[in-house]
Order: sequence, then structure tokens, then C-alpha cells
Amino acid sequence: MATTATTHQTKWWSGGKSPFNLEYGKLMMWYFLMSDAFTFGAFLISYGSIRFSQNVWADSNAVFNAFPGAGHANLPLAFVSVMTFILIISSVTMVLAVHAGHNQDKKGVMKWIAWTIVGGLAFLGCQAWEWHHLITGEHAVLVDGKIELIGQTMRENPWGRLVEGSAVMDALRHTPKETLMKLVEEHNHTVTSAQLASMSNDNLIGMLNTAEMHIREKGPIAFGGYFFGITGFHGFHVFSGVIINSIMLIMTSKGVFDRKGHYLMIEKAGLYWHFVDLVWVFVFLCFYLI
Amino acid sequence: MDHSQNTFSPEVTFQHQHSDAEFKRRVRKTTILLSVITIIELGIGLTIYTLHKGHPSPLLILMFKGMVCILTLAKAYYIVSVFMHLGDEIRNMIMTIVVPLSLFIWFILAFIIDGNSYKNLRNNYDPHFRESTMPVQEHTQDTIELKHSGKE
Repeated sequence: MATTATTHQTKWWSGGKSPFNLEYGKLMMWYFLMSDAFTFGAFLISYGSIRFSQNVWADSNAVFNAFPGAGHANLPLAFVSVMTFILIISSVTMVLAVHAGHNQDKKGVMKWIAWTIVGGLAFLGCQAWEWHHLITGEHAVLVDGKIELIGQTMRENPWGRLVEGSAVMDALRHTPKETLMKLVEEHNHTVTSAQLASMSNDNLIGMLNTAEMHIREKGPIAFGGYFFGITGFHGFHVFSGVIINSIMLIMTSKGVFDRKGHYLMIEKAGLYWHFVDLVWVFVFLCFYLI
Repeated sequence: MDHSQNTFSPEVTFQHQHSDAEFKRRVRKTTILLSVITIIELGIGLTIYTLHKGHPSPLLILMFKGMVCILTLAKAYYIVSVFMHLGDEIRNMIMTIVVPLSLFIWFILAFIIDGNSYKNLRNNYDPHFRESTMPVQEHTQDTIELKHSGKE
């Protein structure tokens, strides 16, 4: 780089200038982001610590296998890859907004900031759908000798040990009729609820393919707290990033930065937004990939 | 490009200068890199998923997971260095960010090892914990091993 020569000649600590060649606000944004990295790091490491202390943990490919509109199709990693690409693309549009700011290009800044906000909102929408799907999901779990349908919440986790075939048959015999009807309906769409209601429990059990049911026990409770806590904290960062970007959009459109003569505020907002993307890279790793 | 004067703040001695063409090339290259790495990560994720249908060796799974971790660090490097322009800052500034982050090396190792040790202690001294949580196949294997080593 052409600037390297200047770097060595400049007496950085002689006063009258920033020894880090950065304006105050941007440097402080960097230090804030570093402290935030430790906050997220502490959360993720605590999650790792608890996970390593358990014999069984939720299998991410079983937990995150749904896609909006795909019903019960088993699509591991599909939806989260959409979310990941949304954040990568919104990071790119933010880079373009910052660059447009360097060039004093007001229209360019507004265009790219607007696209970044769209990306952020799309990500939040995806996360809302995913949370809703996990919380309201109905998974067959062996509890106290019978099958119950439970979702992924802060208190329960339906992703424990797999139950063997013989235990499943025992449990099904003790399972209330309503649950059996739901289990049959999940895989068999040809029968109406009225027909199911008229059948006996044994007939309902006969309609179930016990070999492919993958009945599990309840898993470690901590999974729910960590998943919703950490993705929620990340989602909160995305949300505040969207708010900050919206404020930047309004300020740009009112010509605040043109009057100041520089678009440094866009750079600071950009740093924050890239950090949100950076954190997602690690959340994606810890919850979805390994 | 002579727009640098406009974005000058009095505290800043020199501005990073990239021509529009150079900037576009870098952003395009980094975007493609991030996308490709993500696709490779997803590929490894699906490989692990497929392997889990059989009875994979734990070492193989661990190696794939290690690869994903390394790829994630590569992604983090590109985001911070190119998108956040940390790579363009002066060395002293980079060091004040990167050196404190090396605390994570201890942080991660210490807490993961601690969690693992807690699991081993409970499996050894709390039979209820072991029997109620150990996956069925591994559980039977483990008891056999324990009997051979005379621990039970």
C-alpha cells in the first residue's frame, strides 16, 4: 500500500493527532465491539462448557430441519443457510454504503443502507419463524412411560436419547387417545379426524410405523435456555442494528452528513453491522454445525 | 481519487485510499470467498449428518467439526480484515484489538476442559446420571470397558 511509507515517518505519539490514525468515535466503537465480543464469547463458551458436561445433547440436524412451507419434510441446515446468506449479503450492502459515503455519494448511501435494513428485517423475520416453529412444534417424547407431544421451550427439550422399539410399544399402550390420533395424523393425511376418533387405541397404534418414529426421551433442559438466550441476544443486536441503520438513513436523507462534510457516522454504523454478521458466523458454528 | 480531503477528520493523519475499481475487486473477491466457505461448511455439516445415520468413528466426526471451526475462523478473519477495514489500520491499533482477544484461547480451553471433566466425574461417581443419560449403545459398551478395567 502507498501509505506504508507515511506510517513509519509519522511520529504517532507526538500529540495533536490520533496515535491510532482513527477519530475518537470510531476507535471507541472498536473497543465497544471488543467488549461485546467477550460478552458473546462468554455466552457461547458457557454453552460449550455445559454441552461438554452432558452425555447426550440435542442433535442440531434433528432440531433444525424445517423449512417454511415444506411441512414435515426433513431438510437439515436448509433454512439456517438462507439466514446466513441473508446476513452475508446485508454485510456486503453495508460495505457498499460505507464506500458510497467515502465518495460523498448521498444517493448511493441511501440506496445501500436501505438494502441493509431490508436484509436485517428479513433475518429477523426468519428468526421469528424459526423460534415459533421450535416452540409450537410437537415432538413425540417418552415421559413417565407414555408418549407426550412437546415443543422446544426454555423448560423442556424433546431431543434426548433415542428410545428402543420395545419400550416404544409399551409406551404407546399407555398413551392417551388424543396423542395417538395426532401421531397418526402427522404421517397419514388420508384419514379424517372423525374416522380416527371412531377407531380404538389398538387400531391407531397399528397404523403407526414404530420403526420410523424416532421417539426420544427429554434432553438436557439447558439447551433451550442457551439457544433462545444466545440467538435472542444476537437477534437483539440485529434489531438494534436495524434501528441504527434506519436513523442513519433518515439523517442521510435530511442532509446531516453533507453539512458535516463527512460520512464517518455511516462507518461506525457499518462496523456495528459487520460485528452482528461476525457474531452470527460463530452462533451458526456453535448451534447449527457442530 | 481526490475525495479523501472531504472525509478527513482533524485527528486523522492519512486516509485509506482505494480506487473504486480496486475497492470493487476486493469486495467481490471477499463476498465470493465468504459464500464459498459457507457452502463448504454446509457441505461438511451435511456430511456429518449423513455419517450419523451409520456408526461413524468419533475421531472422523471430530475432524470434520475441527475443519468447520477452522473455516469459521477464516470467515471471521475476512469479515474483520476486509469488511471492517481492520487490515488497513495501523499496526498499533490492530494490536490493541487482537492481543486482548487472545484471552479467548485460555477462555475456551479452560471452560471446555472443565465441562468435560465434570462429565467424567459424574459418569464415574454418579451411576444414576450415567444410566439415565448415556446413549444406549455406548452405555453398554462403556460398562463392559469399565468392568474390564476393574472400575466397577
